[in-house]
Amino acid sequence: MADKHIDDLSGVETTGHEWDGIRELNNPMPRWWVYTFYATILWAIVYCILYPAWPLVTGATRGVLGFSSRAELAADINAARAAQGAVLEKISNTSLGDILADPQLSQFATAGGAAAFRVNCTPCHGTGASGGQGYPNLNDDEWLWGGDIDAIYQTVAHGVRDSVDPETRVSEMPAFSEILKPEEVNQVAAYVVSLTGTPRQPGLVEAGKQVFADNCAACHGEKAEGKRDMGAPNLADAIWLKVQSEAEVANQIRSPKHGVMPAWAGRLGDTTVKQLAVYIHSLGGGE
Amino acid sequence: MNHVSETICLAIGTFLALLGAAYAHDSLFAAHMWVLFFVLLISTTVMLRRVSFAPNGAVGKASPQSEYFDEVVKYGTIATVFWGVVGFLVGLVIALQLAFPGLNIEPWFNFGRMRPLHTSAVIFAFGGNALIATSFYVVQRTSRARLFGGDLAWFVFWGYQLFIVMAATGYLLGITQSREYAEPEWYVDLWLTVVWVAYLAVFLGTILKRKEPHIYVANWFYLGFIVTIAMLHVVNNLAVPASFLGVKSYSAFSGVQDALTQWWYGHNAVGFFLTAGFLGMMYYFIPKQVNRPVYSYRLSIIHFWALIFMYIWAGPHHLHYTALPDWAQTLGMVFSVMLWMPSWGGMINGLMTLSGAWDKIRTDPIVRMMVMAVAFYGMATFEGPMMSVKAVNSLSHYTDWTIGHVHSGALGWNGLITFGAVYYMVPKLWKRERLYSVRMVNWHFWLATLGIVVYAAVMWVAGVQQGLMWREYDNQGFLVYSFAETVAAMFPYYVLRAVGGGMYLAGALIMAFNITMTILGYQRKEASIGGSLTTPALQAAE
Repeated sequence: MADKHIDDLSGVETTGHEWDGIRELNNPMPRWWVYTFYATILWAIVYCILYPAWPLVTGATRGVLGFSSRAELAADINAARAAQGAVLEKISNTSLGDILADPQLSQFATAGGAAAFRVNCTPCHGTGASGGQGYPNLNDDEWLWGGDIDAIYQTVAHGVRDSVDPETRVSEMPAFSEILKPEEVNQVAAYVVSLTGTPRQPGLVEAGKQVFADNCAACHGEKAEGKRDMGAPNLADAIWLKVQSEAEVANQIRSPKHGVMPAWAGRLGDTTVKQLAVYIHSLGGGE
Repeated sequence: MNHVSETICLAIGTFLALLGAAYAHDSLFAAHMWVLFFVLLISTTVMLRRVSFAPNGAVGKASPQSEYFDEVVKYGTIATVFWGVVGFLVGLVIALQLAFPGLNIEPWFNFGRMRPLHTSAVIFAFGGNALIATSFYVVQRTSRARLFGGDLAWFVFWGYQLFIVMAATGYLLGITQSREYAEPEWYVDLWLTVVWVAYLAVFLGTILKRKEPHIYVANWFYLGFIVTIAMLHVVNNLAVPASFLGVKSYSAFSGVQDALTQWWYGHNAVGFFLTAGFLGMMYYFIPKQVNRPVYSYRLSIIHFWALIFMYIWAGPHHLHYTALPDWAQTLGMVFSVMLWMPSWGGMINGLMTLSGAWDKIRTDPIVRMMVMAVAFYGMATFEGPMMSVKAVNSLSHYTDWTIGHVHSGALGWNGLITFGAVYYMVPKLWKRERLYSVRMVNWHFWLATLGIVVYAAVMWVAGVQQGLMWREYDNQGFLVYSFAETVAAMFPYYVLRAVGGGMYLAGALIMAFNITMTILGYQRKEASIGGSLTTPALQAAE
């Protein structure tokens, strides 16, 4: 079509084509657009010369700079290791007691333990180590297996009821539904609750005290203060790991739930476990 | 007799679906075949009621063919609005699920199944119907030819809806091949291939029988989109079914090759489905709505070919700092950066087409919508190349920044240009004098725009914060935050994101109402938009 119409508003010629009333102006491409396009192409060419870019038969062009993302990653990791290496080695070769005594080492170990805790422990123990139902709070002074630095180390390294680690912490409360009569379970539950609160039926407490002395005191202690060498929790404080009501106390007596923590020594290595122990010890309950 | 062979085919398909359900290798395939059976059964029943036994030839001639085949475009437009509302609603639900995990309803409505439902609903159901409907509308008018293939266009439309239903029900049942944006399993992929070839035949056939000497630029983009999507779909979904009566299939690729194939597909789904196809939409509806010539023919040629050539290379930028070899990462990055100007060519041509008619932004909310679409297109196509640069990507990758980027493109560019096209087409398709309400278009415009701004801005902040928290080390070389803390830190942003998405959905609901009333033939009595030329000229003083 030779209909080279001139657009009235812009004074620019059209290409002469028309589709459903749409015409096209014959404007040139904006210069800035063209030059920016050229600039990106030029940059791309230079980049491809400097960096690995073109596939060949068995490999690819390596680039003038000899860059490789794997080498870069390895260098970063090595630099990070080198920066911490000396202190980590010292921690590895120092006993836990001596680490606590050395302010520089204990500060570093606390920071390192906190970092390892965030990655590995927060899913169960929470971001502030404050725990949750079934997962102990590590900020308080209630310890199932002991709160001195060596006991904490032992628990972290070998876990609790880990299925593989032979040194893991193990204890198992029997299911008292097979030992006690149903009313005895209710009595002892009332007694346990009465130690720190008010049971629903205070009349059961006296009978429960006797049931406790006969069946529970062997592990939980005469005063229900708990025994750490058996992992038996203190029932005379108001800290409850798994239960929130008298009914749940009774359930726990009938068929106890037992928590599991994996052994971390094999996964994280001894140095990291040491730092974790120092960090947890520092949270406030360390003995 | 009309529709007899179609009805017979549907009945056979229904029977085969029943056999599939009966002999299924696994319970998921049986459930999916029952879905297919009932869908096809209803379709067969509807078709049976429409079969006419009048003597052959008597039917077709009773209603003379109009110049253009617009019935299918009408259906496509309604489907676009419908699926749009569905897709946005599911998006709002999953946004709320991320903020409030209790909203995950197991097993059918958990996030893992709802997320592909959302992405497929908005990209393929909303976007796909918009592309099919507008491409049929545009190609007929710019070729001055009726759609090629007669009822084949109906097959494309209904076949595509069947694909959508099978994909969506499959996701909720838990059927997925876990390839992003290509989750449907092998049998649904095969069906889409058949539909897509029919689509190509209708579109290309119409272009071949055109009565115009040249092919209009919008049709280059539509054709580029249809051809490339066919190639991407077939290669990405190459797989071996474990059983011909079961859902499971194994990809033809493995390891990093598989990842690269997926992202070659995934990025070009963005490039050709959401960019090239929608540029075709822009190149027709903007000049029509503002009634101005396209700014530069030369620019349209250069940016078209540059875009087509360069987009196909950009996929590896989704796999920076992975097992992908460095050379492929480099190519993905440099081609993405070179893609910046070819993408902007479309923005320039769209915006500069308004020269001489800028006043229409003030008076015509449809133009306002289209201009905002092109503006978001420009922003997203600058942000994309920037994020593909490895240094930026090392911060942005895996964070919500990517989600913000995608949505500024999808809600801003694809959504708004589609809404503009729908508002343009509906009065013409149904031969209405005007829309039910232009003021509601204005409300839609502001709700959508503010929704996008809230959404994108919040996700940018969230993503940058997330990226910085992940890489934060203290002075002794230890990580400062746990992953759980970075998740908890996202909560306020996730709530605000849902607010932005809710606004966008509210706008879409207003559109659905407005379009429904327009189709039903109502006109709302309302004052015209301020400053528009329809306001009466100065009255003589009294």
